[in-house]
Amino acid sequence: MQAVKYARAESVEEAVSLLQDGGDGARPLAGGTDVIVQARERTRDIDLFVDIKHIPEVIGIEHGTDGSLTIGAATPCYEIYGDDTIAEKYPVLVDSCSLIGGTAIQGRASLGGNLCNSSPAADGIPSLIVLEGQVEIAGPNGRRTVAVEDFCTGPGQNVLGDGEFVVKLHFPAPAERSGARFLRFIPRNEMDIAVANAASAVRLDGDGNVTWARVSVGAIAPTPLLVGGAADAIVGQPLSEASIAAAAAASSAAANPITDMRGSIRQRVHLAGVLTERTIRQAAERAG
Amino acid sequence: MVTAQSKETEQYNVIGTRPIRHDGVDKVTGAAQYGADLNLPGMLAGRVLRSPHAHARIVSIDTSKAEALDGVQAVITNADFPRAGDEEIDTGEGTANLKWVLDNVIASDKVLYKGHAVAAVAAADHHIAEDALELIEVEYELLTPVLDVRDAMVDGSPLLHDGLHTAAMDGSKSDNPSNTASHLQFTKGDLDAGFADADVVLEREFETSMAHQGYIEPHNGTAYYRADGTLDIWTSTQGAFVVRDSVAPLLQLSPSQVKVTPMEIGGGFGGKIPVYLEPLAALLSQKTGRPVKLTMNREEVLLATGPTSGTYMRVRMGAKRDGTITAADVHLAFEAGAYPGSPVGAGAMCALAPYDIPNQRIDGYDVVVNKPKTAAYRAPGAPQSEFATESVLNELAEELGLDPLEMRLQNACVEGAQRADGFTYGIIGNVECLEAAQESPHWQSELQGPNRGRGIAQGFWFNIGFESSAYAQVNGDGTVPLVLGSTDIGGTRASIAMQLAETLGISAEEVHPHVVDTNSVGYTQVTGGSRTTFAGGWAAYECAMDIRRQMEERAAQIWECDAADVTYGDDAIIRGPADEDGNDQQFSFKELAGQLVTSGGHIVGRADVNKTSSGPAFATHIVDVEVDPDTGKVDILRYTAVQDAGTAIHPAYVEGQMQGGVAQGVGMALNEEYYYDESGDLKNASLLDYRMPTALDLPMIETNIVEVPNPGHPYGVRGVGEVPIIPPAPAVRAAIANAIGVHMNELPMSPRAILDATLPSGD
Repeated sequence: MQAVKYARAESVEEAVSLLQDGGDGARPLAGGTDVIVQARERTRDIDLFVDIKHIPEVIGIEHGTDGSLTIGAATPCYEIYGDDTIAEKYPVLVDSCSLIGGTAIQGRASLGGNLCNSSPAADGIPSLIVLEGQVEIAGPNGRRTVAVEDFCTGPGQNVLGDGEFVVKLHFPAPAERSGARFLRFIPRNEMDIAVANAASAVRLDGDGNVTWARVSVGAIAPTPLLVGGAADAIVGQPLSEASIAAAAAASSAAANPITDMRGSIRQRVHLAGVLTERTIRQAAERAG
Repeated sequence: MVTAQSKETEQYNVIGTRPIRHDGVDKVTGAAQYGADLNLPGMLAGRVLRSPHAHARIVSIDTSKAEALDGVQAVITNADFPRAGDEEIDTGEGTANLKWVLDNVIASDKVLYKGHAVAAVAAADHHIAEDALELIEVEYELLTPVLDVRDAMVDGSPLLHDGLHTAAMDGSKSDNPSNTASHLQFTKGDLDAGFADADVVLEREFETSMAHQGYIEPHNGTAYYRADGTLDIWTSTQGAFVVRDSVAPLLQLSPSQVKVTPMEIGGGFGGKIPVYLEPLAALLSQKTGRPVKLTMNREEVLLATGPTSGTYMRVRMGAKRDGTITAADVHLAFEAGAYPGSPVGAGAMCALAPYDIPNQRIDGYDVVVNKPKTAAYRAPGAPQSEFATESVLNELAEELGLDPLEMRLQNACVEGAQRADGFTYGIIGNVECLEAAQESPHWQSELQGPNRGRGIAQGFWFNIGFESSAYAQVNGDGTVPLVLGSTDIGGTRASIAMQLAETLGISAEEVHPHVVDTNSVGYTQVTGGSRTTFAGGWAAYECAMDIRRQMEERAAQIWECDAADVTYGDDAIIRGPADEDGNDQQFSFKELAGQLVTSGGHIVGRADVNKTSSGPAFATHIVDVEVDPDTGKVDILRYTAVQDAGTAIHPAYVEGQMQGGVAQGVGMALNEEYYYDESGDLKNASLLDYRMPTALDLPMIETNIVEVPNPGHPYGVRGVGEVPIIPPAPAVRAAIANAIGVHMNELPMSPRAILDATLPSGD
C-alpha cells in the first residue's frame, strides 16, 4: 500500500473542497470496502481519502411525510435492512443490502459506495434503478440530481466530475399494489460476485393487470441496464407465461456481456432471461 | 457428532476416545504462533517481484534504482545464488533436480509462468519493499505460452526447456527435446483379449482443471543468517527437515549449519512441502546480516505456489453382461506446470486400484506447461485418475442396468489381489467399505423430487510410512513431554500422544506433545502421505516401550533384583518380585517417576523409525444432488462418506479428515478451476473468483468409520487424510447424470459447464 493521507470532512462543502484540491488522487471514503482494498492492492492510485461518513446528511435514513425515502450515501447496509419501514415498503433494498459482501462487510458497506464503485455486477444498483432512485450529487457548482440508470457510464466509470460526490439517494413512495424483487446468480451460495443479477418492479391494478413495470439487469453489459423492452412486454395485461417469457427474451436480447472468469457470454445472456422471469414473478407476489 | 457411526473400541483405554487436542487452547485464544506472527529485533521485510508474463526470456534485470531507494537493504536475483548444480535432492514426497528447484524459487534465464519470481527485495518495511519492486527494470523477450497439456505434447510445440527429453521407465531418453518429461506404463494380462471378452465397451475422454490446495494461511518464511555462518529459518511447512535439506544446497551450506523451526501451520494439504520464500529470505539475510521475513499475499499464493495438475484423460473399459470387468485401458496426461514432476505416477497406480481387473494398460505422461509448478495435493494424482475410471465404471453399470455398488463389490480387490504396478494387497477394507455403504441409511433411503439424483464412487490411496522420531522424558509428577518433528496439520499431536499414552498406560492429558526444530529431534519426513499418525504413532509406541524397559530396569535397581523379574503392566503398574518379607513390590508409574532423579537419573525414551510399509485406505462415498436446470447450479443435498481407518485413534479427527476431504473434493467437482486467458494470465487469482465451497455450500457430511485394522502397525492404524478427497468428483458426476441425464466430462462441473452441456445449441 502506498502512503495515503486521511481527511475527515465535517460538511458537504468541506468535502467538496478537499476533493477538488486533492485532484485525481482523492477519493471519498464511506465504508471503504472497495476503495481501501483498491489502494492496498494498488489497483487505483489513491493518495487522499476524504471521509464523508461523519457529515450528518450523508449518513442515515429519512422517511418523508409523503411516504418517500431518502438514504444517506454512506449509510451502511445493515442499517438499511434493519429499518422496519424499509423492510415493509422497500423489501427489494433488503434483498440487495443483505447480499452485498458478507455480514461483516455489510456493517460498513453503503449503497452510495456500491453505486460509485460502478461495477457492472453491483448488487445494489438494479434495485435502485427499479425503485426509480434519484442520485443527489454535490460538487463545486452546487447540487444536481441524476437518475440511477444514468449514473454509471462504464465499468468503474460514472458521471461524477471533479470535486463531486454522492450525498444521498431519493426514492418516491411506493404505489399501492406494487412490489419489487432482486435476485442474483452466483455459482456458490454466498460470498460471491454476480454472474448476472436482476431486479424487477411491477404495479398491478384491481383486475391484476400490470399497469407499470421496471426491469433492470446487471453484469450483462458495461453498466447495469434498465431494460425498457422487458417492462413493455408485461405492461397492459395480466401476467402470463407468454408475457413473462417475452420479458425474459427482451432482457436476453438487451444483454451485451463479456466472457470472463465469472461467466460466459452464453451463460449471461441466458441468465438475464432466467432472472428476469424469476424477479417478475416474485415482484408480482410481493405486489399482492 | 450425531451422524458418526464410529465404533468406539473397547480394546483400548485411550485409543478410540476423543480427548481435547493439546494445542487447542493456544489456537482458540490466538496464542499459537504462526510464521507471520514472528518479529525479531532488526528484522527487515521482503517482497518478491513476479513475472507478468507466462513465457518469456529474461534479457536483463536492472536493480540499481531499487537498490538506491531509501530504506532498501538488498535486492537479489537468481544470479546472486551460488550456481545450483545438476543434482537430485529429496523434496519430501520424491526428489527434484536442484537447478529446477532454484529456478522455480527465482527464475534464471526464462520465466515460465505468470507470477514466477524474478527478484526479491529486503527493506525497512514492506511498503518500501513494494515501492522498490516498481523500480526494478526487467526486459523480457516474449515467447509463445504453452497452456494445454495436449498442445504441449505435440511435436513442434514451443519448448519450455531446451534440454528436456522424455524419460521412459527403463531410463532411456527421447532423441528430441520435448515438453513431455516422462512416460510411464503399467500393464497386466492381455488387453486385446480382455476387450474381446467384453459384452460392452465404453470409452470416454475427460479434462480437469488445475486446482489449488486452498490453505487459508499464505506462505511465509523468515531467515536469520548469523555471523558464525549458521542459518535459522522459521516457516510454515509440512516438513522442517525437507526445508533444511532444500535450502542448504541452494546456499551451498551444510545441513548442519541450518536449523529450521516449523511454526504453526494454517493448512497445507501437500502444498507446503516445496520451498518458495525460505531460500530468498536466507540469501537476503546473508546479504544484509539481519533477519528477513517474507510473506505472500493470496494472489501470490494462487499464481506461484503449487496447485495440482490439470489433465487430459481417456479411459476405455469393457465388461461382461453380468458386470465382470474384463479390461481397462487408461491414458493419463498430466500438467506438471513449469518443471517436471506431476503426480501422474501415483495417479496411474491408483487409477484402477480398487478393482481386480485381469487385463489392464495404464499410460501416464508428465508434461510441462506455462503454469505454476504443481505440488502435492491430498492424494496427489488420484482425484483426477480415479475421477476418470470411476466415471466410466458408473456409466458401464448404467449401460448394463446394474447397481453401481453391486458392480463394485463384484469386481473389488481383496487380500492377495495384484495391481498392474505389481503391488499385492494384504488385509484391506475395500469390500467392508462398500458393504457399510450398502447398509447405510443414506443408500437405503429413497430419493424423491425432480432434478434430483444420487451417485456413488469408490476411492483408493496408498498411504506411506517412512521416517518419524519420538523422544519423551518422564517428569517427576508422572507427566510425559513428547517431542516430535511432525508439523501438526490435522491433529497429529493428539493422535501420536494418544498412542504413547496407550502404550504407557497413562492418560492422553498426561502426555504433552511438542513440535520442535530440526536440531531437537531425529529426522522426520514431511507431514504428508497420510503417514503421520501411522509412522509417528509407531515411533511413539517404540518410544513408550523404551520408557517401559528403562522403568523396569530402574525398579529392579531400586528393589535390588533382576530386571527380568520386573514387569511393566498395561495398567502402568510396575511389579517386582516379593521382598524379603514376602510382600508384593510395586510402583505406580507416577510413584516411580517421582523417584527417578534420586535413584539414578532422569529417563528419556526415544525411537527413530523408518517404516517402508503402510496400510492402504479405501473409501465409498454416496451423494444426493439437485440440479437447477435453468441455471446449471448443483446443490449437494446429502453426503455420506464411508472409510476404512484401520483403527481410528481419535475418531473426531478421523471424521474431520473425512469431511475436509469431501469439502475439497466437492470443490474440485463443482467450481474450483484455474482460469487462464490465452496469454497465460491467471484471471481468478483470488479467493473471490477461485471458488472453494463455503460452509453454506455443503450439508453436514455424514461419516461412517470402518475399522479393518492394519496388521502392519502396532495399533492397526491406516492413514486417513487423503483418500476422502478422491470419490467426491465421480460421485457428484454420477448424481448429476442421475438427476438430469447428462454426463459431464470435465471438471469443474460448474453452472457454466452444465449450461453448455444442456442448453439447446441455438440458445
